[in-house]
Amino acid sequence: MSETPAIEAEGLVKHYGKTRALNGLDLKVEQGTVYGLLGPNGAGKTTAVRVLATLLRADGGQARVLGHDVASQAAAVRRLIGLTGQYAALDEYLTGRSNLVMIGQLSRLTGRAARRRADELLEQFDLTEAGPRAVKTYSGGMRRRLDLAASLIGHPAVLFLDEPTTGLDPSARALMWDIVRQLVADGTTLLLTTQYLDEADQLAGRIAVIDGGQVIAEGTPADLKASLGGQRLLITLAEKSDASAAAAALSPFATRPVSPNEGGQILDIPVAAADGLATEVIRALDAAGVKVTGIAVRGASLDDVFLTLTGHRAEEESTAGLPEEVAAR
Amino acid sequence: MTTTTLATRPLTAADLTAHRRAFTQFLGDVWVLTKRSIARIRREPETLSDVTIQPVMFVLMFAYVFGGAIGIPGGGNYHSYLIGGMLGMSLAQTAPGTAVAVVSDMETGLIDRFRSLPMSRAAVLTARTIADLLTQVIGAAVVALVGVAIGWRVTGGVGHAAEAFALALLFGYAFTWAGVCLGMVLRSAEVAQQAGFIIFLPLTFISSAFVPTQGMPGWLQPVAEWNPMSSLAAACRGLFGNPNPASAVHAWPAQHPELAVVCWAAAMLVVFAPLAVHLYRIKAH
Repeated sequence: MSETPAIEAEGLVKHYGKTRALNGLDLKVEQGTVYGLLGPNGAGKTTAVRVLATLLRADGGQARVLGHDVASQAAAVRRLIGLTGQYAALDEYLTGRSNLVMIGQLSRLTGRAARRRADELLEQFDLTEAGPRAVKTYSGGMRRRLDLAASLIGHPAVLFLDEPTTGLDPSARALMWDIVRQLVADGTTLLLTTQYLDEADQLAGRIAVIDGGQVIAEGTPADLKASLGGQRLLITLAEKSDASAAAAALSPFATRPVSPNEGGQILDIPVAAADGLATEVIRALDAAGVKVTGIAVRGASLDDVFLTLTGHRAEEESTAGLPEEVAAR
Repeated sequence: MTTTTLATRPLTAADLTAHRRAFTQFLGDVWVLTKRSIARIRREPETLSDVTIQPVMFVLMFAYVFGGAIGIPGGGNYHSYLIGGMLGMSLAQTAPGTAVAVVSDMETGLIDRFRSLPMSRAAVLTARTIADLLTQVIGAAVVALVGVAIGWRVTGGVGHAAEAFALALLFGYAFTWAGVCLGMVLRSAEVAQQAGFIIFLPLTFISSAFVPTQGMPGWLQPVAEWNPMSSLAAACRGLFGNPNPASAVHAWPAQHPELAVVCWAAAMLVVFAPLAVHLYRIKAH
């Protein structure tokens, strides 16, 4: 239990002019786990990763990677980490293999070891055929894979993945997820940022929800969902005009106040899990004279968590922070 | 996709260069990155056009279009006069190319990746300037060859000619560091290209590189005489044994062109090299 955390951050603050990209961020990631930083654009995810990966100095607070301070022991930290940013950081004019060999040698491998690792990674990432081609001929998904391969060449103990699937099509995304799962199986500690809730849900063992440069909720995906009272009730009304009557009838079941015009024909209401819930709901609606064409009970999604915590949906632009791309440069 | 975990041999101490001294590692990193720039040139030789095609065009235009209208005080052949100036222009104007290369590496995030690696931080910039010095060697050879083709000759001896080329390359190398700084502070390759043009055009033309300063208006003459480009042109002309009207100018750099070139280059290196390294360290906008 006394094992050094892979990543530890306390009260990180970073200003860009008047904007606080990080506003007292705390994190603790145990070794060998996958940790998701979830938040909208501008929430501070990329800034946090850049501070932890020694690219950016925080204005306040401190952070350690495997016990080494990212500011005062940056060189030691760099020997332990791998970083894959939002944009494939590769030399377009070199071949895929030459890129890997170059990054390998710069990661303190001998030429021979770098070439061996490059070939291993090309095979592992299904790029052997593309290896001798210049990167500028690669598709977006291939670049991301090569970029990820490059950050793995020195066998980093801690890997930062900044939005690894943003901009990828669904099949390339699924492929990245497979690769990430494999890494985890190999024991690498992974810090993953994403604005996709399903991605965090699928990959991460623990999640920190970030908004305005702060962690606003932290826990396992199941914890976060459970903290909302567990379930959502979806009712499809036959008549839209019944909405307020239906909302009134459902109020006793709801875990937060139901507004009379909850959403027109389809009501989506958080409820506490209970035996016979659907039966009770149908009875109550029938008693109120509301005709129902559909009823469903589902577990809360992380999207619900996000909406409840921040008041806006995850994939909307945050109005608070600055655009992530500005923060990233 | 191969989802089966591949048997990857774990890295052993023999696979790592961690035991090497810091300076050996620095040299290794510089070598790896210089090879990278050379590989790029081999894949896309057209990136060399600014030290190959461009100087040839300039030499031919000045020799055969403008040259006839440019008189040289003290007499002498314009074709012989031209090459000393052309050498300076050809080398100094690789600096915008350096800036563009630095900006693109920043834009693609490659520099961020380098900064996250346990590599020497000074190596990235040093390798950039060494690769550009190699292109400058090519540029100098091209200027000399096209010079010979239009009738330029070295009459000052091989030793002096070698000294002239060495001075020119020192001068060009100093400009490369200015180019690195420019690349560090600019936001896009397009801006770097334009900034290079805006800086290097007057630097080249308000000098004795193509036209003797004696014909310029009185207020402009001191500017041209103290322009490092004039010093390099005068130094090369003197060493090559070419017509050098600057020798009749009383300004200190015109009288001591070789020393002036060394001073200018040293000053630029002292200012721009540490500045570039500093900008690289703090780069985090």
